[in-house]
Amino acid sequence: MTGSSGPAIGSRAPGALESVASSTVAADRPRRNWGSPWAWIIFLIGVLYFTVPLIATFAVSMRAKPLFAAYTNSFADPRFLSSLLYSFVIGLITVVLSIALIVPTAYWVRLRAPRLRPFVEFVTLLPFVIPPVVLVFGLIRAYSRPPLPFTNTDLGSSALLVFAYIVLSLPYMYRSVDSGLRAIDIRTLTEAAQSMGAGWFTILVRIILPNLRVALLSGAFLSLAIVIGEFTMAVYLARPAFGPYLQLLGANRAYEPAAVSLISFGVTWLAMIAIAMIGRGSRTRIQVGGAH
Amino acid sequence: MSDSATVIIERDAPPARPARRALSLSWAGLIPFFLFSALFLGLPLAFLALGSIADNKTGAPTLANYGALTTPSVATAFRNSIEVSLVTAIVGGIFGFLLAVAVILGRLPRILRSALMTFSGVASNFAGIPLALAFTYTLSTTGFLTVLLNGVGVHLYSGSFTIFSKLGIEIVYLYFQFPLMVLIIAPAIDGLKPEWREAAENMGATGFQYWRRIALPILTPTLLGSMILLFGNSFGAQATAYQLTAGQVSLVPLAIGNQISGDVLHNVGLGYAMAMGMVAVMGISIVGYTLLQRRSERWLR
Repeated sequence: MTGSSGPAIGSRAPGALESVASSTVAADRPRRNWGSPWAWIIFLIGVLYFTVPLIATFAVSMRAKPLFAAYTNSFADPRFLSSLLYSFVIGLITVVLSIALIVPTAYWVRLRAPRLRPFVEFVTLLPFVIPPVVLVFGLIRAYSRPPLPFTNTDLGSSALLVFAYIVLSLPYMYRSVDSGLRAIDIRTLTEAAQSMGAGWFTILVRIILPNLRVALLSGAFLSLAIVIGEFTMAVYLARPAFGPYLQLLGANRAYEPAAVSLISFGVTWLAMIAIAMIGRGSRTRIQVGGAH
Repeated sequence: MSDSATVIIERDAPPARPARRALSLSWAGLIPFFLFSALFLGLPLAFLALGSIADNKTGAPTLANYGALTTPSVATAFRNSIEVSLVTAIVGGIFGFLLAVAVILGRLPRILRSALMTFSGVASNFAGIPLALAFTYTLSTTGFLTVLLNGVGVHLYSGSFTIFSKLGIEIVYLYFQFPLMVLIIAPAIDGLKPEWREAAENMGATGFQYWRRIALPILTPTLLGSMILLFGNSFGAQATAYQLTAGQVSLVPLAIGNQISGDVLHNVGLGYAMAMGMVAVMGISIVGYTLLQRRSERWLR
């Protein structure tokens, strides 16, 4: 189940789709260079469906006068940059804390507590079962009253948002780190390090982390992409994040929301290209999917 | 003599000690993780679960909150949510599968495959407010595509169609459902061994027979499992519908959101019960997914 494929996928089953449509001419294999027409039709439908909304958004953003005013106005709005910065910083803190939490856990499960693996895996899958809106509902209920009044202060609410995002990133991070660990022989590495006198902290930071570079970076970029655009949790925790900002902008301005939407699409695009570049040539499966 | 004896004893001892230490440490190493999950997963969930069986005012145990789930407005929200999720899971699943087959087995230029994969990564994560806005610009009464189609004589808005409806939500959700399907199903299509096709052809099977009798049966558990993931993906989605419909279409995540911000019909207990209902639906689908996943591993590794 590796995301990156083995060699020669394109050539190994020529005409598969075409022969679904025309089983009468299954024996010969013509037009090898051009691909099946059915494949092209489906692909082009997909391309149209994917691109038309983007083109429409671009067209709206260009209606503002003078040309590119929607973009320059957006950048000139201090709340645009401050909300983007806020979400970016929250995303970075989320990534760092989630790595600090997940790597030792996954490492320890593999090395010392394999019997607890099913339980840990179950917990890391729980965020799939608990939608963001439900999680934030529970968090607000649990942390808005005396023993732990997180939501009473800005800092507390932001901390709660970070914890919520860590929960959101648990499934991707854990699975990505775990498959990264599978690819390296952690037992031998650990024993070698221990025999040279390294402690647990040294082993984790100087041996395990560098070996998980690909898994961690792709997990980090995915988390960043999700966190920067996230709306539901940020809005109910009343945070000045990018998602709620865009929603407000959409209610109040004509062309700027289109420009900012495209910028947001661009940010996601950059994150995914980064993941693709990092993952190239690696066998680590890259996790995808996000919070809507 | 006695010296060497002690040395031997000391050499014998270590295997026993790490074993006992590992037992106690095996818990210790996971304390941060369990503490974190207890605080930010367990506790909120416990609040919802306990709240859902407690009376709003007195706190006495009651099932009234779950009974309130059958009130027409709440039942409609659940029905709408399930319907939207089913439709987008099935349509998105089928088209995503065809798209993946097209780029992987359709002899298209290799570069299209990696382009589609990267793009699917982007599109499956491109949701929420910007996605809803993009479709508003495309398919609202003055939208780009609406105007374009008017020009060629197709009037989308001559009937009852509007993008701010259930059908509209489905069209928009498909934007992240197709790509997610492509990403999930691609490894399974890669896993179809060319030998199977060759064996089938040697025995005289046509391409159609190969798909009908071999490829599709092997892929069926994966296909169904992936569609369940799509179902959950859509069922939990909130931001996109929030922006798109402004509350005109009732969906469970939107109803829960209303309970959080505390407007209209404010009834916390009902909010808790709806939240637990959502968790139940998601839980059932994940169990189904796990079972199908186990079954698909028989052939696809």
